[in-house]
Amino acid sequence: MASRSADLRVEGLVKRFGEVVALDGVSLDIASGELLTILGPSGSGKTTLLKVVAGFETPDAGSVRVDGTDITTLPPARRDIGMVFQNYALFPHLTVARNVAFPLEMRNVGKAEIERRVAEALELVELEGYGRRLPRQLSGGQQQRVALARAIVFNPRLLLLDEPFGALDRKLRETMQLEVRRLQRRLGLTTIFITHDQEEALVLSDRIAVMNKGSIEQVASTTEIYERPANDFVADFVGESNIFHGTVTEVGSVTLDSGRRLLIAHPASVGSRVGVLMRPERFGRGANSFNGEVKEAVYLGSSIKLRLACDAGMELIVRQPSGALPAIGSRISVGIEPESIHVF
Amino acid sequence: MKPNGNRRLLVALCTLIYVFLMLPLVVVFPISLSSAPYMQFPPPGLSTQWYERYLDDPQWIDATVRSLYVGGATAVLALLLGVPLAFSLARGRYAGRIAVDRLALAPLIVPVIILSVGLYGLFAKLKLIGEWYGLVVAHTVLALPFVVLVMMAGLRDFDRALEQAAEGLGASRLQTLFRVTLPLLRPSLVSAGLLAFISSFDELVVALFLAGPNMTLPKKMFDNILMEIDPTIAAVSVMQIVLVSIVLVLIGRFGRGLQGSAR
Repeated sequence: MASRSADLRVEGLVKRFGEVVALDGVSLDIASGELLTILGPSGSGKTTLLKVVAGFETPDAGSVRVDGTDITTLPPARRDIGMVFQNYALFPHLTVARNVAFPLEMRNVGKAEIERRVAEALELVELEGYGRRLPRQLSGGQQQRVALARAIVFNPRLLLLDEPFGALDRKLRETMQLEVRRLQRRLGLTTIFITHDQEEALVLSDRIAVMNKGSIEQVASTTEIYERPANDFVADFVGESNIFHGTVTEVGSVTLDSGRRLLIAHPASVGSRVGVLMRPERFGRGANSFNGEVKEAVYLGSSIKLRLACDAGMELIVRQPSGALPAIGSRISVGIEPESIHVF
Repeated sequence: MKPNGNRRLLVALCTLIYVFLMLPLVVVFPISLSSAPYMQFPPPGLSTQWYERYLDDPQWIDATVRSLYVGGATAVLALLLGVPLAFSLARGRYAGRIAVDRLALAPLIVPVIILSVGLYGLFAKLKLIGEWYGLVVAHTVLALPFVVLVMMAGLRDFDRALEQAAEGLGASRLQTLFRVTLPLLRPSLVSAGLLAFISSFDELVVALFLAGPNMTLPKKMFDNILMEIDPTIAAVSVMQIVLVSIVLVLIGRFGRGLQGSAR
């Protein structure tokens, strides 16, 4: 399949539903061939953003551009955007092959050509031989793959996926995530993927846009989002975290609100208010050491997770390599290097 | 709670009601095959003479054929009006929607006799009395609520994401309607059309007022009972019951009723 992927530029999108502001000035750039995940809790506006891009909602302000062309008011049928819906939205009265053929029939593609491209698309999602079945005769994962085939068969300029794996069990979800990633790379398709599952976002994306309350909190690469989140919300939403706030009292040192002093590697200027993030898996030995009472200890197979109550009311979540669980109530020491502390 | 005991009680009660409702058939069916020249139960002997009399009488056949095409035309007209109306009621957001909704269902509430008298006055001025298409118009008014109710139940359960999907895949509004929406609503359309047909095929009161000399089957049956009582009427009844039953079976097989609205 020849790719004709486009880049997408969304600028200053505002969408209100009565009193509710679903989109509050959202701007976003997506390069051709990129997979960007929009990650956010439910009600953050991510689905509304997708609907505006697909053309099912008209924004109150702002614009949507594909390859520089303004498509803000173009009806969905003329946007050439493939979309996979949360509940697949397969046409139950049409066979799998007719479902996949649908966008081609709408484009008046010739019969032989349709047949060839449907077969090709079904092969791409590993559903050869399923063409004559009805959607309800397929499993959830298979239906999802049909929806995917239908969304890519007409060489769309963009692919939009709206929490497509929400209804699948964990194992199948992981398989499908890898499959989507593989397909997307192979076709070089510009893709927006919506999810509230931060793990899914980390697995899939080139970049992640974290949304909250109708605004984008941060757009960055997966590692950037995880290692250097821009604010409390992102730090808290993506991964497990220990977040504290404090004031920089001298270069390389922060005094937290609890009174505890931390050594940091970040060159924040003296007197500034900062947040510090310590990921649980970064604890081990280090220049900053904590002594705390074990309140909770959970064995997770590849690691153990501890909740420590330290001095001055600080609570820490700590992950350590798998081993014997310390007794509840015992006191242990952990440390963290200044370089492992993220300051924002 | 004793679910088993309750269930048995329910089954018993339903059986009782069912038998009571079906009881007339137990009488009508044997009489239609009676060898006696008058209504007598149980019949003294078997004969098909009353069916033959029905089939040989052009008046009966004429009335039957008229009822069939009046019913068919009523079904078509009621669908043409009722389906768009149901769409507008189920999906529209406009002032007066509630009023239109009540108005569409009003023929269910207004006594048929009142409606008939009113229509008689109006149709007399329009010279529609005795015309079969006048009867079709009147029957459509009566059939409209069924179509609207069945279609609205179907539309309420309709997953609109399917229409969005179709549009996103390049279908125009019209293509979406004819390729996705209506095919998926086919069971509701079948039910609505057949119900409209039955409501007309069985209808007597309006026909009494508007049909004039052109008899429909129910009117012919009514006149027949007034004039002479012989078992022909039983034979006609049996055939009418069989036809309506076939239609109801068709609805059960290919259509959907109102049960979806309760989900």
